[in-house]
Amino acid sequence: MSVMGPPDGRGRFGDFGGRFVPEALVPACLELEAAFAAAWADPAFVAEFHETLRLFGGRPTPVTPLPRLSERLGLRVYAKREDLAHTGSHKINNVVGQTLLTRRMGKGRVIAETGAGQHGVATATAAARLGLECTVFMGEVDTRRQELNVFRMELLGARVVPVTSGSRTLKDAVNEALREWVTCVEDTHYCIGSVMGPHPFPWMVREFQRVIGDEARTQLEELGVGVPDVVVACVGGGSNAAGVFAGFADTPARLVGVEAAGGSAIGHGAPGVLHGMRSMLLQDEYGQIEEAQSISAGLDYPGIGPEHAHLAATGRANYVGVSDDEVLAGLTLLSETEGIIPALETAHAVAWLAGAAGNELAAGTTVLINLSGRGDKDVAQVRALLRGER
Amino acid sequence: MTTLDERLGALRDGGRRALVPYLMAGVRPDWGRLLEALVAGGADAIEVGLPFSDPMMDGPVIQEAALAALAAGTTFDSVVAELASLDLGVPLVAMTYCNVVYHYGLERAAGRLREAGVLGAILPDLALEELGEWSAAGDDADLATVLMVAPATPPERVAAVVERSRGFVYAAARMAVTGAADGLGDGAAVVARIRAVSRTPAYVGIGIASPEQARAATRVADGAIVGSALVRRVLDGSSPEEVQSFVRGLREAIDHP
Repeated sequence: MSVMGPPDGRGRFGDFGGRFVPEALVPACLELEAAFAAAWADPAFVAEFHETLRLFGGRPTPVTPLPRLSERLGLRVYAKREDLAHTGSHKINNVVGQTLLTRRMGKGRVIAETGAGQHGVATATAAARLGLECTVFMGEVDTRRQELNVFRMELLGARVVPVTSGSRTLKDAVNEALREWVTCVEDTHYCIGSVMGPHPFPWMVREFQRVIGDEARTQLEELGVGVPDVVVACVGGGSNAAGVFAGFADTPARLVGVEAAGGSAIGHGAPGVLHGMRSMLLQDEYGQIEEAQSISAGLDYPGIGPEHAHLAATGRANYVGVSDDEVLAGLTLLSETEGIIPALETAHAVAWLAGAAGNELAAGTTVLINLSGRGDKDVAQVRALLRGER
Repeated sequence: MTTLDERLGALRDGGRRALVPYLMAGVRPDWGRLLEALVAGGADAIEVGLPFSDPMMDGPVIQEAALAALAAGTTFDSVVAELASLDLGVPLVAMTYCNVVYHYGLERAAGRLREAGVLGAILPDLALEELGEWSAAGDDADLATVLMVAPATPPERVAAVVERSRGFVYAAARMAVTGAADGLGDGAAVVARIRAVSRTPAYVGIGIASPEQARAATRVADGAIVGSALVRRVLDGSSPEEVQSFVRGLREAIDHP
């Protein structure tokens, strides 16, 4: 298996991945696997995907040199600007792909889970564009933390279902979406938001997101930078990281995924099975899943995509954790030096860079940072945090 | 052939329609007493839930029971210790999720369950394609792995699932997670698909809540599984006697059609 090639026939990336779902969902997963494989090999589908991303999604997003941050850190830093994509993050790439596939499969409805609301808003957006019915499951705690995103989804014609089971956050929203999917697989596609879940989702979502890395590779060539020394991205489930890593997996670039210290599935987890996949998970001594703790709702997930678990196991990528305080400092740093307010999730990658500069990253190191999303959604929370209100 | 195959095969050959209630281990401190009440009420086998934090195939009632059991400190070890101390006289089938047994160690988990007198296991998130490692551990320990056939399972796949299922085949009556519902759903059709390819007993579950439904299920199938309706009563504080009486009602409906 080549690095970041397709998984094996059982959907495995090394020891991770697979398809751990109730029998009721197996036929739908098999149907999806066949449909995605056929679509992705069909030039007409691929062309429509890229054209939709261009005309609707705002692609290609630029690669921006970050001179003032570079000077501050003694590095040469370039940013892939997913924050400039439609709906404000890389999430649009995946949902454009999955909604086009939904229509191709003849289904009229999508369901999705969301944590911070980014994937929910993106799904509602892409569904509205194709006239698909859309239901989004969101932990009740998150519906309160991200009230405006709930309203955004509703404006886009989606129905938002607050999830009151378990810890009432992202992992429970995934559980509830899977439970709902059992009842409606016939006419509904589960538009999963990250490189997670049962095969073929981790592979499919990475393929829809690889446009990030493929574009950036070409853009850095055009800028005369070539292959950077380091490619860094934040990781919750890991879709933006998988997308940007995919463009550089076959180069010597060091790949770094930055997890929230309180949600570090690679750093503090153990192998296990959750949400249809075998991966690294935060869990107790009896295999009960533990809740992740993070300043950012989007990284509040106790697992990680199975391909990341594999990349970590083989050493092709490194995964590191940063604290909430470092994240706030990273957000401020990028805002003040470059005029870009990143999402709290994205600020994790900035925070690692700030800490690594002058330590493990020698002066002059070339870095591509994936700016996965913009910070507008977090401004109220950041204001409260910086004023010491919580 | 596992011991569970022998026991449930003998039941079927004797002409008895099986009643299989479900109880979440640790849901109440007196759950061992509740298991005895199920037997006294006329259970032929019992599905014993081992709680998991993220029960993907369960509806609100069994989710609530799982969280209650975990909050009370229930663990794999505490469940097998309690089960080993009971002499119930009917086959026990553990129902839990992959991560519980994967994390415990497949061989170790299968061995501990069997030592505690458990004869079978249902892992609803373990699809046929992922069965390999676990089923080897189960077979070695004489722990029967029971698989599920769903209404959406295509005919060619039914044969493969049924061929690999031990003890009985779980015939899902509907495309839904666990929880009370009306009628028999697709139960009869699913059982017919199982019967077309195998003599393994087929038990109908998912949404079977009332004596009438249990009767209807056992007219078409070899047994009926009743979970959420019973667990709801347990969560609402029914006494062991009341639980026994509920099970007795199911038993009578099955035996006197």
